[in-house]
Formats: sequence, C-alpha cells, structure tokens
Amino acid sequence: MTKEPLRFHFDICGENFTSAGEASVSIKRILRQIGISPDIIRRVSIAMYECEINMVIHANGGTADVDVYTDKIILTLKDEGPGIPDLELAMQEGYSTAPDSIRSLGFGAGMGLPNMKKYTDVMDIKTEVGKGTTVTMTVFL
Amino acid sequence: MTTAILREKLNLEILNEADPNREVTGGYTGDLLSWVMSGAQSGDMWVTIMTNINIIAVASLTDVACVVIADGAEIEDSVIEQAKIRNINLYRSKKTAYQICNEPLFL
Ligand SMILES: Nc1ncnc2c1ncn2[C@@H]1O[C@H](COP(=O)(O)OP(=O)(O)OP(=O)(O)O)[C@@H](O)[C@H]1O
Ligand SMILES: [Mg+2]
Repeated sequence: MTKEPLRFHFDICGENFTSAGEASVSIKRILRQIGISPDIIRRVSIAMYECEINMVIHANGGTADVDVYTDKIILTLKDEGPGIPDLELAMQEGYSTAPDSIRSLGFGAGMGLPNMKKYTDVMDIKTEVGKGTTVTMTVFL
Repeated sequence: MTTAILREKLNLEILNEADPNREVTGGYTGDLLSWVMSGAQSGDMWVTIMTNINIIAVASLTDVACVVIADGAEIEDSVIEQAKIRNINLYRSKKTAYQICNEPLFL
C-alpha cells in the first residue's frame, strides 16, 4: 500500500532571472516544515535549484512538480525550450552554452547537470530538440 | 565559533546579521555558483566577490553560516534586502579572499 504523495506545483517564469530560485527556496522551507532531514533537504533543494536555473537560462521557464512520498521525493521539471542536442556532452563537467551575460552572474560553469546527478539517487532526462526537456530526479528518504 | 565572533575577528562590515549565534564550522571560497553548490558545506563561511541577487538563494540552499563579500565589492541594496528576507548572514571586507582565508581562525 502506497500512501498518496504530498504534491507541490510551481510555475517557473522564464523572464525574471532575478527571482529565479524562488521555487527551490520555497521547497526548502516546506520540506523543513514537514520534518525532512537537513541533509536530504540540502540535496533536494540544490538539485531543484540547478534545474530551475537551467530552465530559466536555457529554456525560457517551465514547471516544477515535487512529490513527497513516505520513502522518496520525486522532482519533475518540464520545459518547452529548445531541447538538448547532445545530452552526453551536456552532462560533462565544464560543458556550457551559457552566454557571457549569464556567466558574469556566476553561472555557466557547466556544473549544473553534474551537480543534479551527484545530489540525487536517480536522474532521468527526456529531451527532444525543438520540443523541450523533462528532468525527473528521485531522492530516497 | 559563532558568526558574530568571526565578524569581530575579521573586522567585517555588517550588511545583514540575521543570526549572530550561527556556528561557523568551515570555509569555502568561489564565485562560480555551481561550484559553490558542489563544494560548500552547511556551516561554512562562504567568501566570494559575486554580489548579484542569486548569491542569496545559493547561500540559503547550501545552508552556509554566512557570506563574506571580499575586495569591498559593490552590492545593491536589493540584494541586502533579499538577505534580510531570507535570514542570511551577509558581511563585507575590504580584504581579498586570500587575505580573509589566511586569517588564523582554526575553523
Ligand atoms: N532545460 C534545458 N534546456 C535546454 N538546454 C539545456 C537545459 N538544461 C541544460 N541545457 C544545456 O546543457 C548545458 C549544460 O548544463 P549545466 O547545467 O551542466 O551547465 P550550465 O547551466 O551551462 O552552467 P552552470 O549550471 O554551471 O551554471 C547548458 O549549457 C545547456 O546547453
Ligand atoms: Mg546549469
């Protein structure tokens, strides 16, 4: 018997770079309120932030859904951006197509996707050029 | 040691001191945010010259004890406002990141 998950939904605006990260910071607070351990909160919220920022920088925004089960947290971030032509290349540390304007803000190290993989137990990316990208990440509790 | 003691020892300027009693247990320095999110630990003093709004979210998510802006870098009031909202300890120093990290703090 699996209990129904607690569900949280966020719309990630692609225009507003300065408020990017709001959803991840909210999730951090929510997870703390429902008694999730600090280490798990850190991993979940950093992974979500990296993904959220990617959607803002590379895909003009999208949606984020967080499902909290008794034994795991599943993050699903979906955009209708340009897609990732070579996923294997994108996953490599240091690979980035971020423009200079974004780099001057401290992003564009090409470490976001590797961080997401490092901080979650399972990561799956479905991406199609011209259609969009859906990233699903699971952290076991 | 607490952030308040750290602030005194390093003679830091207070931009926002949300929690003077937060324990500082280590340090990390870096400006590329994904590297910081990979390397900084909960409880660290994070030394950086980055001052844009995104440092506040990164400080919150990594759960660092405080952020120390090095080289007396300019910072906008809106970023300090955001630090207040998010309860982030935010300090500034005229010293370089090297000089700040070279102080014998024994963290
Ligand atoms: N949602 C997305 N839509 C389209 N392209 C993406 C998306 N996410 C990542 N990418 C591509 O994958 C590359 C690598 O992403 P990654 O997050 O690792 O690095 P980055 O965002 O460029 O820099 P960093 O995350 O270190 O600030 C990006 O530069 C971009 O080309
Ligand atoms: Mg990224």
